[in-house]
Amino acid sequence: MDGHDGDADTSATTAELRDVDAELVADLLDGSHRALARVITRIENRSPGYRGIVGALHEHTGGADVIGVTGAPGAGKSTLVDKLAAAYRERGDTVGVVAVDPSSPYTGGALLGDRIRMASNVGDMDVFFRSMSARGQLGGLSMATADAVKALDAFGKDTVIIETVGAGQNEVDIVRTADTVAVLVQPGSGDDVQTLKAGILEIGDVFVVNKADMDGADRTLAELEEMVHRRESPTKGLDTGHHGFETPDGPDDTDAETDSEANADRPTEWTPDVLGTVAKTGEGVEALIDAFDAHAQYLRESGTLDRTQRERYAEEIRTLVRSDIGSLATAAIDRRGGIDTLAERVRRRETDPYSVAAAIVDPIASCAGDDDETVTGKRDDAATDDRGIGRDDE
Amino acid sequence: MSVETEERAIRCLVAKVGLDGHDRGAHVIARAFRDAGFEVVYSGLHRAPDDIVQAAVQEDVDVLGISILSGAHNTLVPKVIEGLKEYGAFEDTLIIVGGIIPDDDEAELKELGVAEVFGPGTPMEETIEFVRTNVPERA
Repeated sequence: MDGHDGDADTSATTAELRDVDAELVADLLDGSHRALARVITRIENRSPGYRGIVGALHEHTGGADVIGVTGAPGAGKSTLVDKLAAAYRERGDTVGVVAVDPSSPYTGGALLGDRIRMASNVGDMDVFFRSMSARGQLGGLSMATADAVKALDAFGKDTVIIETVGAGQNEVDIVRTADTVAVLVQPGSGDDVQTLKAGILEIGDVFVVNKADMDGADRTLAELEEMVHRRESPTKGLDTGHHGFETPDGPDDTDAETDSEANADRPTEWTPDVLGTVAKTGEGVEALIDAFDAHAQYLRESGTLDRTQRERYAEEIRTLVRSDIGSLATAAIDRRGGIDTLAERVRRRETDPYSVAAAIVDPIASCAGDDDETVTGKRDDAATDDRGIGRDDE
Repeated sequence: MSVETEERAIRCLVAKVGLDGHDRGAHVIARAFRDAGFEVVYSGLHRAPDDIVQAAVQEDVDVLGISILSGAHNTLVPKVIEGLKEYGAFEDTLIIVGGIIPDDDEAELKELGVAEVFGPGTPMEETIEFVRTNVPERA
């Protein structure tokens, strides 16, 4: 946290590839495992220059199918990923695996144990397995994971599998990175009300009941089947523009317009598969890979892939801009004596929160305004709105 | 201040090589490292030297801790070191060995490039402190 070092500023955020890093990128593209491992470390550490590296790799990405595997702790994610990787290798594909484990909120330390399950692929360098710590990120997926996937993609891996931390009901970040998401469910994990809940059960492209040889597996499979079909019909109705469903104030003329567009965009809706596997023995893994392939094909042929990728990059740009501007604001707060000092001044009625915020944001806004009039314009509007609302209340 | 703060973590691989199944020591050290704030990858039992090399390279660890209680350290450790050299990963990986190693062998292992050997009864703090002090500087 060096105070006002201008050089540090540019080196951390610059998207330029530094000369010292160009060699590393060249080595990675050349197939060096060491360079790939190094790049992922740089990404994880947010080391100076990593943005330039990821930026340079971007044009080489897009070749890999990215598959996410998520589910509750102990559902068998690691074991299944191991068997999946082995099956992909058998048909000649190269595989990258990123396995995320939780980190301690107290010490920041982590025990990354997913590698223990990679028994089928030890000694095979064409399976590049990397354990990552979540480093305090919620959502089950650290921000660096997406960039690590890009590195594996650029390296030339045919398939990249992301294994999330053991997820609860609401860790749905994986959809922002993976093209195809497999949600693992344990047999007997709750009654059928659980399958009605929002969250993780909404994100599965494929549902896998692992440990399918256990008691209760059939029932869990049946419940998931029912959930999938229940969910399927209303969305189908909306997407194809059929009447009769309670489409809130959807006039006919827009229906006609969106109809053709929706049809061009996605000719059919994807109905998630529900499959049983026994990861320990490898039972059902072939069928699971077939389901992944079918989904990948659907994504490509329906044009869904292009759309989700656009959405994904839009989100990425937004996140980056937001976090960078947030950091600029944090730095500005520090320069004014820190948040505690400012809060104390507000408490003593020396100033008010709005004035403090304006004092911090205005310089940033005026910088942005030099390049783009509309940015400042919008900000001013927002400011007037705030005042307007304040007056109404009085 | 820099817009994004670098978050450097010390990454360790705790490895069990060879045929002995005594992993209590490896578990204890893995946990102690975790509590010290390190990111610890555990290899699992009965790994061949090649597996350890693969793991150390892919995980890009700063520290490789090899636990051997079988007495086969004179064959296994050199193989691991050779493998690391093959991938250009030897120079900036701190290699430490834990287990029951006779003094003569210890000298030989150090000659090969092992930074330190920790015998039974070594206090955890000593090992952790050693790692903190000697972890390789990396670009």
